[in-house]
Amino acid sequence: MVHIEILQIVGLGLVATFLALIVKEHNPSFAFLLTVFVGVIIFIFLAEQIANIVAMLEELAESAQINMVYMETILKIIGIAYIAEFGAQIAKDAGQGAIASKIELGGKVIIMVMAIPIITAIIETVIGLLPN
Amino acid sequence: MNYDVNLIFQIAGVGIVVAMIHTVLKQMGKEEIAHWVTLLAFVIVLYMVVNVVDDLFQTIRSVFLFQN
Repeated sequence: MVHIEILQIVGLGLVATFLALIVKEHNPSFAFLLTVFVGVIIFIFLAEQIANIVAMLEELAESAQINMVYMETILKIIGIAYIAEFGAQIAKDAGQGAIASKIELGGKVIIMVMAIPIITAIIETVIGLLPN
Repeated sequence: MNYDVNLIFQIAGVGIVVAMIHTVLKQMGKEEIAHWVTLLAFVIVLYMVVNVVDDLFQTIRSVFLFQN
């Protein structure tokens, strides 16, 4: 019954948009909180769906006998990208473009740091391939 | 989607009602009280939203970061 859920998401988004439109006239901060709330609800909902995909990927990686450290790193990077994007969008919505850029920068830097083991492994492999 | 969607309407309702109270108090000439009422309502709604954001962070942790 996954196909029904897109209707739920769209309906929720539309209702929230109308409500935010009405509330924004009188009280912009409440409209912002409403937006955050709806965004979080949709995100939680999607995270539960993504858990299924992650479980499937883990199973595949296990049967392909890939080192689980790399798999975990990649999944963590995906998670960081999603949550950083979410935070940046919320900050941008509230009119704080500078903070949004910093959140995105933070996401990029932390992804880079998390990728260090993988990059090191690649470089070591390449160096090992080179003839002396 | 087994989440409490009613909370959306609750937040919007609080926003509208507080705007009304703010206007009425302003008409009565009690602007300080009006501002405090708005601030208090904001904090209450913020508490509700923060609970949900905490929920989101826990979910993200368990799904992507493999921590419980």
